[in-house]
Amino acid sequence: MTEITGAAAPERTLWSDVWYQFRHHRGAVAGVIILGIIVLAILIGPWLHGVDPQHIDIRARNAQPSLAHPMGTDNIGRDIFAQVLQGGRVSLSVGVTAMLLSLLLGTLVGVLAGFFRRLDGVLMRLTDLFLALPLLPLLLVIIMLFRDTLRGLFGPETGIFLLIVFIIGITSWMQTARIVRGDVLTLKEQEFVLAARSIGTPSHRIILRHVLPNILSPIMVSATLGVANAIITESALSFLGLGFPSDFPTWGRLLFDGANFMMLNPARVIWPGLAISLTVLSINFIGDGLRDALDPRIRGR
Amino acid sequence: MLTYTLRRLFFAIPTLLVISFLIFALLDLSPGDPTSNLPLTIPPEVREQIRQSFGLGEPFMVRYLKWLHQFSINEPLNVLEQMTGWTIGDGGRMRVISWQTRSPVVDLIAERLPQTLWVVGLSYLLGILIAVPIGVLSAWKQYSWFDQFGTFFAMVGYSVPTFFTGLVFIMIFSVHLGWLPMIYDTNLKVTDLASFWLQVKQMAMPVMVLALYNAGQISRFMRASMLDNLNQDYVRTARAKGMGESKVLLVHVLRNSLIPVVTVIAIGVPQIFGGAIITEQIFRVNGLGQLLISGIQGTDIPLVQTLTFIFAILIVLFNLIADLLYGILDPRIRYD
Repeated sequence: MTEITGAAAPERTLWSDVWYQFRHHRGAVAGVIILGIIVLAILIGPWLHGVDPQHIDIRARNAQPSLAHPMGTDNIGRDIFAQVLQGGRVSLSVGVTAMLLSLLLGTLVGVLAGFFRRLDGVLMRLTDLFLALPLLPLLLVIIMLFRDTLRGLFGPETGIFLLIVFIIGITSWMQTARIVRGDVLTLKEQEFVLAARSIGTPSHRIILRHVLPNILSPIMVSATLGVANAIITESALSFLGLGFPSDFPTWGRLLFDGANFMMLNPARVIWPGLAISLTVLSINFIGDGLRDALDPRIRGR
Repeated sequence: MLTYTLRRLFFAIPTLLVISFLIFALLDLSPGDPTSNLPLTIPPEVREQIRQSFGLGEPFMVRYLKWLHQFSINEPLNVLEQMTGWTIGDGGRMRVISWQTRSPVVDLIAERLPQTLWVVGLSYLLGILIAVPIGVLSAWKQYSWFDQFGTFFAMVGYSVPTFFTGLVFIMIFSVHLGWLPMIYDTNLKVTDLASFWLQVKQMAMPVMVLALYNAGQISRFMRASMLDNLNQDYVRTARAKGMGESKVLLVHVLRNSLIPVVTVIAIGVPQIFGGAIITEQIFRVNGLGQLLISGIQGTDIPLVQTLTFIFAILIVLFNLIADLLYGILDPRIRYD
């Protein structure tokens, strides 16, 4: 984002307008602030808190919140706050990486289908096919199948991370592809693309120079919503016991482990659950604000 | 309309064939084996015989075609027989057999279906009943405090995952207040008012959790659709004629705005079945979702293949229904 404050600045650019509109979306601003706090806590929290999330202190089992353990401890005396912070690192990195993969696939399929008429039919049939797949059951099945193989290949932590990111990525690109294709179809007919073509610009350069910059806004909105979706899917998988293992927890896994101790120690459910909910809620609000800000019909109202 | 329906049904067949093949092939890769749960004392040749009796010795394509035949021809005939009491054929049809229970998969599904249908159906209905008024009022008083609140409610509804709301509900209503039972008791028979009340109490939480989630999504669509219609000329005309605001809103605008919402509701039905997988796990409702999870954990391949394919059929079917509803409800859209 630019530093110029839209209304007061003498020079108005597209991004200053977008930024101006975005700042006036209260939910989006609140979302940015809350997400910022969460990300900051996850990044510098372990450094400040300084407790190893895997450190077992069997004498301090199920401890109440205290200065040493701000969220208490679990049934074998591990610090919950440190676990939530570490879980957040994994959850957020799964969310962002899976989103990048799905965005890449979705944009690629969308641009190819929209730009090259010959590919359109095939790629859109493929998209429809993916949309008709029952995703959650299939995700569970794929994890069951390949978990042990990938763990053997890349080690227990990297293996499951790659597997989850990959399957979430390849099952969530369809919406992006559809939106991108629609936008590319209208862009392709416009004069500047025709002009570019008339001076002999090759297709790949038209796509990179002229088409992609113009479909940036739907892609950005897809990206924010994609992160939220990926975090929810990952937590759901972990919550069903088929995602990350206990010694490499994410927020969903912490919730799954904590659910059995819910009556004894509600903090184990509340904190990870709250972390997922607040993160997803703020990302969705940011996405909402971004969509309004990037929509030229709404902007300036 | 009829030709369009037939054409769509006809085009759905290849899609479903491809999906069934994908599901079957994917699950066939898994290391599951019907004898893995049997005692170790069984000699290997007996094991081999058991495996042969499940048809595992045959090549992949033969097994796929047999499964497809059993699923799409034999089982529907069995269901038809049970429903009508007729006898079709000699009764010697092959059935899809679960590896875990050694009973036909379709019987297992029929056992579990009512619980899922009740929970899912009621929650969807309740979700719509919550969402439509919120959407209508939010759009009517756009940017009012009610609209802000409704938007926030909708955002929370679909951002907070069902597994967290479910656990929070259990903590509040079962652990702290002790009002509602934590675990769903499927053996409960509704015979009198007292047992009916128990049934209501045990369904309250799973239904509420799913209903909140559904209401969040539907109310957003309802609001957007109402806003689209409120700016139309016919609304101004109706108001100019001096028609009462409630009549404009509830007769003219609402009816037109419901068209896209109805299709969204139809498309969402299969998704709800997916959402029920998690909710059933939390509240121990022994419905289809739990059957699927137990099948996956026990590597019961035929069960998982069949259930996953049923989910896929639901998705294709409800997409078709949504398109047809659009054509029926909106006279501007004609598919011929």
